Order: sequence, then C-alpha cells, then structure tokens
Amino acid sequence: MSVGTSSKHDSGKLHVTGAARYVDDLPTPAGTLHLAFGTSRIARGTITAMDLSKVASAPDVVAVLVAQDLPFANDVSPSAHDEPLLAEGSVHYIGQPVFLVVARSHLAARKAARLGDVSYEEETPILTIEHALAADSRFEEGPRVYAKGDVEAGLAVGTHRIDGSMEIGGQEHFYLEGHAALALPQEGGEMVVHASSQHPTEIQHKVADALGTPMNAVRVEVRRMGGGFGGKESQGNALCVACAVVAAQLNQPVKMRYDRDDDMMITGKRHDFRINYSVGFDDTGRITGLDVTHYTRCGWAQDLSLPVADRAMLHADNAYLLDHVRITSHRLKTNTQSATAFRGFGGPQGMLGMERVMDHIAHHLGLDPLAVRCVNFYTSGGDISKHGKPAAENTTPYGMQVTDFVLHELVAQLERSSDYQARRAKVADWNAQNAVLKRGIALTPLKFGISFTLTHLNQAGALVHVYQDGSIHLNHGGTEMGQGLFTKVAQVAASVFGVSLDRVQITATDTGKVPNTSATAASSGTDLNGMAVKAACETIRDRISDHLGGGAAFGGGTVTVGDTVLSFEEAVKSAYENRVSLSATGFYATPDVAWDRIAGKGRPFYYFAYGAAVTEVVIDTLTGENRILRADILHDCGSSLNPALDIGQIEGGYVQGAGWLTTEELVWDAHGALKTHAPATYKIPCASDRPEVFNVALWDGEALEPTIYRSKAVGEPPLMLGISALMALSDAVASCGAGYPDLHAPATAEQVLQAIGRVRA
Amino acid sequence: MVTFLLNGETVQAEVGPTETLLDFLRERRGLTGTKEGCNEGDCGACSVIVTGPDGAPLAMNACILFMGQLQGRAVRTVEGVSGPDGALHPVQQAMVDHHGSQCGFCTPGFITTMAAAHACGATDHEDQLAGNLCRCTGYAPIIRAAEAAASEPVPDWMHETTALPESEPPYPSPTSSDALAAWYAAHPDGTLIGGATDVGLWVTKQLRALKDICFTGRCNDLQQIEHTDAGLKIGAACTITQVLEAMRDRHPSFAEMLRRYGSVQVRNAATIGGNIANGSPIGDSPPALIALGAVLHLRKGDMRREMPLEEFFIAYGKQDRTPGEFVEAVTIPNQPDHLRCYKISKRFDQDISAVCGCFNIVVEGGKVTSARIAFGGMAGTPARATHVENALSGADWTAEVITVAQAAFEQDFTPMSDMRASASYRMQVAKALLQRCFDDSQGLATNVLVVRA
Repeated sequence: MSVGTSSKHDSGKLHVTGAARYVDDLPTPAGTLHLAFGTSRIARGTITAMDLSKVASAPDVVAVLVAQDLPFANDVSPSAHDEPLLAEGSVHYIGQPVFLVVARSHLAARKAARLGDVSYEEETPILTIEHALAADSRFEEGPRVYAKGDVEAGLAVGTHRIDGSMEIGGQEHFYLEGHAALALPQEGGEMVVHASSQHPTEIQHKVADALGTPMNAVRVEVRRMGGGFGGKESQGNALCVACAVVAAQLNQPVKMRYDRDDDMMITGKRHDFRINYSVGFDDTGRITGLDVTHYTRCGWAQDLSLPVADRAMLHADNAYLLDHVRITSHRLKTNTQSATAFRGFGGPQGMLGMERVMDHIAHHLGLDPLAVRCVNFYTSGGDISKHGKPAAENTTPYGMQVTDFVLHELVAQLERSSDYQARRAKVADWNAQNAVLKRGIALTPLKFGISFTLTHLNQAGALVHVYQDGSIHLNHGGTEMGQGLFTKVAQVAASVFGVSLDRVQITATDTGKVPNTSATAASSGTDLNGMAVKAACETIRDRISDHLGGGAAFGGGTVTVGDTVLSFEEAVKSAYENRVSLSATGFYATPDVAWDRIAGKGRPFYYFAYGAAVTEVVIDTLTGENRILRADILHDCGSSLNPALDIGQIEGGYVQGAGWLTTEELVWDAHGALKTHAPATYKIPCASDRPEVFNVALWDGEALEPTIYRSKAVGEPPLMLGISALMALSDAVASCGAGYPDLHAPATAEQVLQAIGRVRA
Repeated sequence: MVTFLLNGETVQAEVGPTETLLDFLRERRGLTGTKEGCNEGDCGACSVIVTGPDGAPLAMNACILFMGQLQGRAVRTVEGVSGPDGALHPVQQAMVDHHGSQCGFCTPGFITTMAAAHACGATDHEDQLAGNLCRCTGYAPIIRAAEAAASEPVPDWMHETTALPESEPPYPSPTSSDALAAWYAAHPDGTLIGGATDVGLWVTKQLRALKDICFTGRCNDLQQIEHTDAGLKIGAACTITQVLEAMRDRHPSFAEMLRRYGSVQVRNAATIGGNIANGSPIGDSPPALIALGAVLHLRKGDMRREMPLEEFFIAYGKQDRTPGEFVEAVTIPNQPDHLRCYKISKRFDQDISAVCGCFNIVVEGGKVTSARIAFGGMAGTPARATHVENALSGADWTAEVITVAQAAFEQDFTPMSDMRASASYRMQVAKALLQRCFDDSQGLATNVLVVRA
C-alpha cells in the first residue's frame, strides 16, 4: 500500500530544478499591471488630508485608488468586517494600507507608493497591555473565563503556593515566499485569481463581495505556497481583493506582491502573550489549584484573534489533569499589526504558560521538573487497541474526556532513549566544574487538540477522475504549502485503487473543482481531505467492482475478481466502455465534535496528538549567548501515512518553535513602528542553529479514533516541542544561583543575561 | 552593453545602472527559478553562482548584484545547475532523496549555494549555507543532503568553459587604481560600487536612483594582498572572503569573527574597503583592524594620505574623506598575534553585531605591556576604549585589575538602545568581553560555539 511509505514530496524534483511555479513565477499576459499600497506612517489617528498628486504623476503610474474608489465592499476581514482594504478616515497601525497604486511595473508601483502626502490628526496609540487594559480596549465585552472545580479552594489546600508572570513574544511567519496575487479578468464579469493562500474559498468570498458578484463568478486557484504557517490563512485577502478590483475596473490583468519589508510591516504575526499564574501544589508538585490569566495583544482588527485566544485557553492545561482551575483570557485591541494565525494558533502560548508553571513548581520544590510533570499527567488511555475505557475523572478544564492519553508511556520511552537521567547528572557535573559556561536540560511533553474549534469548519470535499487510460486526476480542498499534503493525499488515492503513486496526478487547489472549503489550517489538511479523497476514490472503485460483478480486489496495479486478474487499465477501460461513471466527489465531516466557546464546554477536538522532546543547551554566563546542543524527540503521528514527511514536519516544527522562543524577537518602538521588519533585524534560525545531535523518532501507535488510516495530524504539534529548548535554558540559568530564572521569551542573549542576574541577586 | 555568460551561453544586454541580476533573470529572461525572498541579501533565495576570471565559482545574492558587476563573468542559475539533458546535479538528487525541500521556495537558492560549495570541495556545510534561510525543514535534511552529495564528482556542465567576446562595459568600470582615481576625481559626487552589499540596499529598499556610478570590481591592483615592510597591505577591493583567508593563520580570532560576517554570498561580494568607507558603527572589520593598529590609505587623484584607521571615523555618518577621495588600502602592521575578537549578535551566523569587541593585549611577565581595544556597536563609530586601555596598560594581568578596568568602559562609551540590544546590555557585555578575554588567557572554557553535546 502506498500509505505508510516514505514517498518523496510530489514537487521535490520541481523544487530542486527551479521549475516549481509560485504565483510570482506565472507567466503573465502582456499589459499586466502591478500594485503597491501606500501605508500609514502613524499608529492611530484621523486622516485630515491626502494629496496623492505626486503619486499619480510618478512614472508608469496608471491609477491611484483610495477607499472611496472601491465599488462594493471595502472589507478584507475574515471575521468581524472591521478591516477595510483601504483606510476609511482613520488609521490604526503603522503599515495600514491607505491608498493603492496601480503601475506598469512592480518597481514603479513601489516607488510611487512612497510619494503620498497624507496628513493626520494623531491620537495617542494604544500599544502595550497596560495601555489597552487602562483604556479597556479589547475584543469581546470582557475577559473570557473557562473554569473547572473550585479554584479558590484548590489554591487554599495546596501545601505550597507560588505566583508568577511570563512574557511570551510574538513571531513573524517568515514564509520565504512573500504574499502574492494575480487577478485575470474574464468575459462577462468573471474573475480568476491565482493566490498564495491557505484559504482559497475565503479569497473567493472576499473577492466576490468586493466585485459585487456572487461567488460563482470568481474562481481561485492555488497550486502551492512558498510557506504559510498560518500567515496565509487570512492575510492574503487584501492583495487578492486589490488585484481583482483593479482588474475589474481596468479590464487588465493585475499582479501584486509584497516586498519583504512591506510584508512584515503590513501583515499580522503570532499573538504575543503575558501569562500570570497562581498555583497551589503539594510536596510532590501535584497541582491542587491553578488560576491563570492570559493577556494577548490582538492588534487593531479582530481577524482570527478570538479562536486564537480560545485555543490558548484550551491548551492552558497542556498534558496535566487539573481538578480546580480557572483560565481567564483578555483579548486586547492595540494599534499594531492585526495578530493572526500562526502554527499552533494560540495553543503554543497557552501550553508554554503551563510548562512555565511546571518549571516554577519544580524549582520551588527542588525536584526534577520531569517528576513534577509526570505526577500531574492525565490518566493513561490504556491500551488503545482495545479502546480501553479511561478513568472516570480525566477531563480537561473544558469538560472533554481525555481518552487517548499516551504520554506516560511515550515520555518513559523518550526518557530512556535520550538517556535523560544520566545526562542530567552529567549536566550537573559540568556545571560544577565550569565557571563561565553552564548547561541545562529539559524534557517537555505536549498534548495538542486536533479539529477546528469552529465546528462547522471540520468538513472537506474532493473530486477524483479516473480517465479511460487508467490515469487518476486528484483534486481536493486542501492547499499545499510545503507540508506534503498533496503527497499524502495522493498516497491515499493510490492505496484505494491499489496502484502506484505515479499514476496519480495532483492538481492545483481550485474553488471551481471543490467548493466551500475550509482553510488548510488547524493541522487538519490530511485528516479532512484525505478522508474526502478516500470517499471519492472508494465510490469509483466500488463502481468498477460492481461493474466487474462485485467483490473486486484492487492491489499491485491489478484488479482481481474471482480467478480473473485484470490490470487496473483493463478494468478501467472495461468500465468506461460499459458506460460506468469514473468521476466522483467525496465528502467528509468530522464526527462527534461539538463545542460551546462561550460556556467553555464540550468536545472541541476529535482527538489529541502527543509528543515530547528533550533539549540540552549551553549558555555563556558572561554574555547570555546560548546554543542548543542536542534534541531528542518522540512524536505521535498515529499510524504515519508517510514517516519521512512526518519527520520533516517534526524537525522543522521543532526548529521553528525553538526559534520563536530564542532568537526571534519582534521590537516595536514607542510610536508603534515595528523595527524588526526584514531578515537583517528579525532572526529566524539558520543552519547552525539546528541541534547538531537531532534524534527524531515516531511513536509506535495508532489513532484511537477512525482517522484516515489511523494516522494523526502533524502540522502544528511539533512546533511545541521547541518549548523544551526554553525550559532547558531556564535549567541552565537556574544553575547560576538560588533564585528562580523567571525567563521570558524570546530568550535572547540579553534575556538570558538578565535572568542570570535575577538568580544571582 | 554588458557581456557575460548565463548558464553557459553568451549574453549581451543593455542594462540599467542599478538593474539587479535578480530582476534581469526573472523579468527579462523568464528564469524564475531564482527567487526573491527579501531583496536585501539576507535570505539567499536568489543565490546564483558567479565565476570570475580566476575561475572560482562563488555563491552570490542576485538581488543585490547589479548587472554592471557582471561584465566578463559567468552566471549560473538553478536552471543551469541541472544538465543540458535535464540530468540532476548530485546536490539536486540528494535534496530530493533526503526530503530536503518542503515548500520549495528557498530550495533553488540552497541548490546553487550547495553546488558552488560542492564545486570547491567545501564540506563545512553549516558555514556554506549560513546565508540560506529555510523556514520549513529545520535544515537537518538539507545538511544530510549536502553530506551525501559531497563525495560525488562535479558534473562536466558546471565548468565555465565558453570564452567571452571582448566588449566595453556598460558603466565606468576602471581596471586600475589610477583609472579609478582619475574617474572619481572627475566625478567627486559619484558612487563607487564594490560588492554592492550595502549600496544594493540603497536601491532595493530606499529606492534611490544613483547617478554617476562606478564599479570597482575590475581594479585588479585593488584586489591584491601584499606583504610590505609596514605589514600586510590589503587592497580596498579585496572581498571579505579574501581577507578571511589572509587572516586564517595570521590572526585566527579575526578570521573566526569574519566567518560569522554576513554569509558566504555576502563575503564573496562585500569588500574590505566598503566595510570601512561606509563608516557604519556596526561594521565588523573596523574594530579588529583598529585593535591591530591598522593604517588606512586614502587616495584622491594622485594625492595619497595615511592615517590610523580610528581617525577616519569622526562621528556617526561622518568620515575623514573628501569628495573624490577613496579608500585605497588598509595595512595591518606585522605583529605577533594577540588579537581576540568577540562578536555578539542575536543569531550566531549571518547577523549584524549588537556589540563587537576586539582586544589586542600583550602581556609579558604578568604585566600588560600594550593594550589596543576597539569596539563596534558601542558608539556612533567604531571606536577605541582608551580609558580601558589606560587602566590596563602597565598593570598586572589579574582578575582584580580587570574589575577596575571594566569600570572604565563607562568613560569610554555611552551606547544606545535599538532593536538589536539595549544600552545597558551593550555596556554589560562590553565589560563581560574584557572578562572573557582574561578568562580565555587563563584557559577557561568561554566559547559556547565549541561545546558539544
């Protein structure tokens, strides 16, 4: 069977030869126009005058548009209709699009966009958590609270109680391909848009609204993205709408791509958080009560901030059974870029808050943090092959039964395979012998909920054709951003038909082929689309089988009915000649999920994915410089559809997560201007930052629920393995003195040095 | 008309004065394998292989490479890394086999950089690839691929064998220091372009139009490193790659710092003269050169003058250079090596320093007989820490003296806060680096980069 094998990425050869096309690589018709936004220079205020005469008269400029020039909806928000394409009277962050330049070249548009003369009446921007709380500047009417048990009582019964606070920085996606879009006007008012987007259907929807047409007049195509990571879930709307509007007005093809600096100034990033906690616990570190408060800067528009903040709350327990807990979440509106989806979607921040609590408890008690973690774990799901019944009381703070918990076993295996205990002793020895350089080690687990928390998004469609020559044409609603979705889904198709993978032609995601798709997000791409493709393929396969008399077996490129063995081509040809339909749609809706986000109760997730990582680091106590030395990972992909691709997601996720928590620092100045808006100043990991010793293994298990071939989603969870790097740094810093490191993220050299100062104080 | 080889074929083209190779490839030749990731030479997605007259294939960033720099050179893009019949290069095959691409957007840049390194037999893969960012893979499979391909032979098609016809460069490109001096004296407000790793950003990011440009890359006599009685004289047009090689045995700590200067692509283009002349307070070579007592050679027309390098830097954005005057060379006096260079940045590789401290301290019989200490990132210019030097000079080389001398940094510097570091961190680190220098001399382990799991 094709599933379960390490097939190579379907575009691998195209990637390495430069032949793989991204939006900016598509050949464009003659006369294609190019766009650039003129953006706000202030963080908050009212536009009092706009003189765009120099823009309009700049070389090769064709037109300049402001909000009043837009014919229909001036709205690129994915949620609350609070995000105009072009500013209407007021501006809300530095970088907000104010006017739109149409020019004959990308460069001409960029140059002209800087010539706008916009006057503002400035207001004091709301930039920080303190500012926002003082001004009660927030989304939703007040903080959202999820609770279980009696937190006050839980805190009171603990033998120990500590309070703490942690700052968690945001993160720029830094997809290597910046945002890009190409709109091609068609006859009769139709529009075709090529987008670099995780959410073609939303692009279709926003473009239709902006053009005043029904959705059936807009077709959106996405072959691939040069990275997404959540940054292309909603943030591509603006470019696509801008291109479509201009293309419709001028009846010419229109392209737009952001220069890297523009991309980083205009688009949203991961939400930064402050997490405050009070925790009560006994002498073993077992938590008796936890009161945790999230403060997050959502930026100027709502975008996806509510579900992001919800998911942070839903991961505030991480892997730990809490009897008495209260989680409070403040979603603060600030005059900064509108924070958006980013791999993990709030989950990493919520989970990190919990891991910080574990680290703090262990330090307080002088225990191995791993022991404290284990004593708090949920009860094991037992032998999942027997669908073992979980303990009666094994519920999350939002009332969901945890039935598939594998971390007792998984962590024990990783503890052994990584030689954690012996290495922990060696780290202590090193630290006793070295005055300047100190090592640290930490093992952190993760439990990540899989499903969109907005339940209706848990659906997917597919369209499969088998041509009369036996070749298979595959289409589904998911988008390829590098994660290998297309490869995995093609493996599913090949497996159903029992043919080799090269018989399956993967085609671009297209709203004209599969409608009403959800974003490729929430790690759900394979789970949802794989099932939809399987359903479509099985429909065709069963028709062929029925045509052959029923009971046909498909495998090894053949179809066997009784004693008759046909090649797959022969079987297909026979079906065709007997007028059997060889085209089918498939559909899948995740069962059993139901969630009330206001009450904070229900089953938001179909299942959980698990994993754990051990990271060892070294720090320089003179400068705070730090490095990851080794990482050992054991991760749960269920029964992996493609071990090589899954390991790729795990390695990449770990490094991206570690980058978030170490070198990747977003800095805004006192005026609200982002100062780290290019790779010269914003530092994602490079090759030497990966762990030199990097042992990654897959947990030998399978999903408890009947997921696609009992595999588990792998897109987001591994990012949270990077938390172990931060906790290892905390461990190293703790060796410098008696105090608690109170290490904030990102743990830049400067942050680490400050923490060393704290423990020595 | 610029004349160069593109994937083995002669190209002659009219080009704009600041037209970049990246735009030329993508917009005029339809070679869209070369990607724009940042347009400032920091991500490597646009990497191409440039081979000059010496035949050495060099990875460079096409986004900040002006067409005028290519006269007489050979360019190989990702499309030219595979064979004429479509056969994959060993690094391409290895990247496929080891799952080295995910989204694939950075991949062509990795392929070209890897192919250039492969052609040179380089196996320090992390250093070779420090200028290529990947956001998907975590680099592990890419390094595995580079290791797997290392022993494979270089395919024939990678050799640049086609002879180029003679032609006049499209923009002033003098071939000697004398010719350059004459041009610059006649165009004192013109812009000299060496590697364009800084000037390139004036064009791609500031969107400046440059009039009166002159490319220095063909001035052979400015690309020489000579041993003179006064020391090692480095021509201003020498690339950082050349300087790194020259420092490897002479001042290994300087070489190690230059290993972290930009990336392979940047070091192959950037010149020592440019790094000095632009006057940046965070350029990495000036602090080391100042600590070594380097002498700067300036030239205007036929007039030449010299000065200690530190005197060139007057204030932020202001250097002791008159219009039409240019940096011709820098001389490092001969001396036993005592130099220790410490570069502090958010990321170890390919990052601009928050603080760069260089210590040239001679200790004889337990006493400091000479101390030259220079820093980048601590002031508006690269600058000496004279109060610290004075506190050390003639004193015992002891922990107590170090503590006293550390306090003198407060008299030498008033650093600023920016996105790289706060003022207080910079000051704390400057003091810490003096401590590190002392600890190093005592044999303590101080370098996180050499620690292994």
